[in-house]
Amino acid sequence: MRRGLNFYLQLGFALLACAFLIVPVLMSMLAGVTVNYFQGISSGLTLRWIVQVWAMYSTTIYRSLAIALGALVVTLVAGVPAAYVLAKRPGLTTRLIEESLMLPIAIPGLATALALIITYGTFRDFRTSSLFILVGHVLYTLPFMVRAVLAVLSSIDFRTLEEGAASLGAGPWQRFFGIIVPNARAGIIAGALTVVTLSIGEFNLTWMLYTPETMTLPVGLADSYASMRLEMGSAYTLIFFVMIIPLLILLQRYATPRGKPRARMQEELTHARPLAPRQGA
Amino acid sequence: MRRRENLYLLLMVLPALIIAAAFFLLPLGRLALVSATGKLGLGAYSAILTTPRYYHALLATIALSVAVTAATLLISGITGVFLQRNRFAGREALISLLTLPLAFPGVVVGFMVIMLAGRTGLIADLTAALTGSRLVFAYSMAGLFTGYIYFSIPRVILTIMAATEKLDPALEEAARSLGARPSRVVRDVILPGLQPALIASASLCFATSMGAFGTAFTLATNIDVLPIVIYTEFTLLANITTAAALSIVLGLITWATLAASRGLAGTTVAAGG
Amino acid sequence: MSSPATHGGTRIRLVGCGKTFADGTRALDDTTLEIQGGETVVFLGPSGCGKTTLLRVIAGLETPDPGGRVFFDDEDVTALPIEQRNVGMVFQSYALFPNMDVEDNIAYGLKIRKVPAEQRARRVNEMLELTQIEELRGRRIHELSGGQRQRVALARAIAVQPRVLLLDEPLTALDALLRERLRIEVDLLLHSLGITSAYVTHDQSEAMAIGDRVAVMNRGRIVQVGTPRETYFHPANAFVADFIGTMNRVRGPVRDGAIELPGGRIPWPGAAADSIEVLFRPSDAHIVPLEGAPLRGKTTAQFFLGDRTRLHVSEIDSEPIIVETTEHREFRIGEPIGLSIEPGALLTLGG
Repeated sequence: MRRGLNFYLQLGFALLACAFLIVPVLMSMLAGVTVNYFQGISSGLTLRWIVQVWAMYSTTIYRSLAIALGALVVTLVAGVPAAYVLAKRPGLTTRLIEESLMLPIAIPGLATALALIITYGTFRDFRTSSLFILVGHVLYTLPFMVRAVLAVLSSIDFRTLEEGAASLGAGPWQRFFGIIVPNARAGIIAGALTVVTLSIGEFNLTWMLYTPETMTLPVGLADSYASMRLEMGSAYTLIFFVMIIPLLILLQRYATPRGKPRARMQEELTHARPLAPRQGA
Repeated sequence: MRRRENLYLLLMVLPALIIAAAFFLLPLGRLALVSATGKLGLGAYSAILTTPRYYHALLATIALSVAVTAATLLISGITGVFLQRNRFAGREALISLLTLPLAFPGVVVGFMVIMLAGRTGLIADLTAALTGSRLVFAYSMAGLFTGYIYFSIPRVILTIMAATEKLDPALEEAARSLGARPSRVVRDVILPGLQPALIASASLCFATSMGAFGTAFTLATNIDVLPIVIYTEFTLLANITTAAALSIVLGLITWATLAASRGLAGTTVAAGG
Repeated sequence: MSSPATHGGTRIRLVGCGKTFADGTRALDDTTLEIQGGETVVFLGPSGCGKTTLLRVIAGLETPDPGGRVFFDDEDVTALPIEQRNVGMVFQSYALFPNMDVEDNIAYGLKIRKVPAEQRARRVNEMLELTQIEELRGRRIHELSGGQRQRVALARAIAVQPRVLLLDEPLTALDALLRERLRIEVDLLLHSLGITSAYVTHDQSEAMAIGDRVAVMNRGRIVQVGTPRETYFHPANAFVADFIGTMNRVRGPVRDGAIELPGGRIPWPGAAADSIEVLFRPSDAHIVPLEGAPLRGKTTAQFFLGDRTRLHVSEIDSEPIIVETTEHREFRIGEPIGLSIEPGALLTLGG
């Protein structure tokens, strides 16, 4: 296939953008296992920093995982049925419900956190527990679960499936668990991956909500960047990458529409909602 | 029967509703209340416009967000269309790498910028080797800009790629059959076809940049973007009222941007027939 | 404007054009074909037969495999991309630009060619008049019906006075009634313009109606080229025979100047043989009085189609014979029927 100059120029451009994104990742991963960053690799490789980071910050890692799992459970229980209701009864009421569910991602995490503190800050036990952070994470990730499931439901004719099941005698709960959930599986998986990934990496909300007893991984990262030497921060970041990158790869496989064959119908685009998660800022 | 079904549906949506109402709508209402019932009352909002510190922070944040949006659309637009339209060895890997930073928290992005543009960063080393003096810009607006496009590029690329996939190739072939050269086809067919996605991406990019906190937190010592000001007011200065007011303003801006683009993009697509 | 309106029509010549796609599929076998200036050739065949690929090779949207050549008159255009071939193309989905209104769509090709505004406007008016859509001038594309879009697509393609007009199943997306009506209009338009046209369809009645010649395709190759009558009455092989219209097939030994079948005899002038297969069209099987009928059978099904009645008659051969008649009367299931086959209408294929 004859490739013009145009192709190679654009390819070069894409490679440059890729380098911009990936080189610092590689650099920091390397720095995390280097004896002395300023001297470079010549100073030798070591696992010392990783061991130290683990000794200091392992609780943050466990806590982040626990909160992520907690967020997953809550968003599954609350989000999947909610998406079903939104898909089944499009109308003014459901539109309003959808808007209020989606709102937390339309405003900065900072504002949401502030609002939570002002309202619930006086309940000391609640305020100083991991539960407080969990609430923030759920608010932030629930829209993504709802949206993912809603997208799948909108693309299949679930109404007819339900009618078929009902005609055969299935009651509402049977239909939900036996028909709706299995058929929405792709959306649920995509939503689940998104929720877990976003929760592990959530900072904006958590930074306002945390206390010294409830530090999460990103909070620990910020702490280490500010107060530890570069190698420590890099090692900690390395651990974070090792946790998050497999999740991101899974996300790419299940949650992005790359693999689908060319679709001439405009289904997703008519919802005109941004497809990718709004985070990490 | 319909009534029974309604009850059943209400039960299903109840958990989500309770969460939204108790932990979001109610607190948001309180936030609004707090912002307007401090010493100044509603004057807290006008104070934003009259106090240079807040006013400048607002403008600086908007300017930064606009610049980031423009740069990201350009970079991701070209890359996204190119990746969707061409097949070559290593394409999948390239796409994976470009979209990897999608869920990096702001702090990590800030750290990446330090790796690139900090005192001992890659660019500092390169410029030192080439010119003798180290170029360090991580802790300035340029550093913020770099960080913001770092987390914006991946998500806009995805949106653009998805939209490009849905473009009808027959339209481009039709334009070509009428004599249009590739640049003309881009201008007359591809860009108009991508318009909804571009609008959606632009608003997403702008809103995210406006509300970004983690990146600025890691990089900022002197930079005042609005989220940092809010943080400072609340945490360090205990100006709850001001912080609340600023948060509401920021929240309104981001929400309005996203809502407006949804309306715009929605109608444009519907007319695309 | 490029070529004068009174051009005799560009001759299209394909020499050894084959097409293999990147994934290995051989979509088109080496094809050599000539389309005369002003002629309309219809490429007919089932999906996957390569007709659209062939059209796209002529258009310049696909390059033929090495060795293939495409000529417009005496010019070798093989290396030219579509934007430089000056063709007009009508797509199955019309491919009208949603960001422009009807006028701008039609004017697009003229704009590209830098035709001055006044001349452009005049030409657009001409086109609107020609396709009878003057009242749609300022409309947006999504406001148009299928038939209206089809006319705009046609107007847009013709506006630039292309050397060659290529139509890829332009009527397929329309409902049956509209299709039949537009079929006539398109046919008249193409002939009044005298433009060389290549037309792709899977609808054989459309092909018969529109084409000066029909090229029947199957699995990447042209299996017969001829006038509509030639392909209908003298199919070259079983595929063409079955694809175009319905064909009855009977098989039996030839003895005493006739083919012997379970239900009777069909007079056959050929030599005696153990087994011979002959084909004939349903409309060539005539209903005759039972007394003395060469073939006798029993009606097992009847379908009233409005302008004719189709009968399935069994017990003549192993498969039911399909008969089409314009007799108005109703037939009973189980009714005995006498048939006689039109003598000149019997066909053999190979052996």
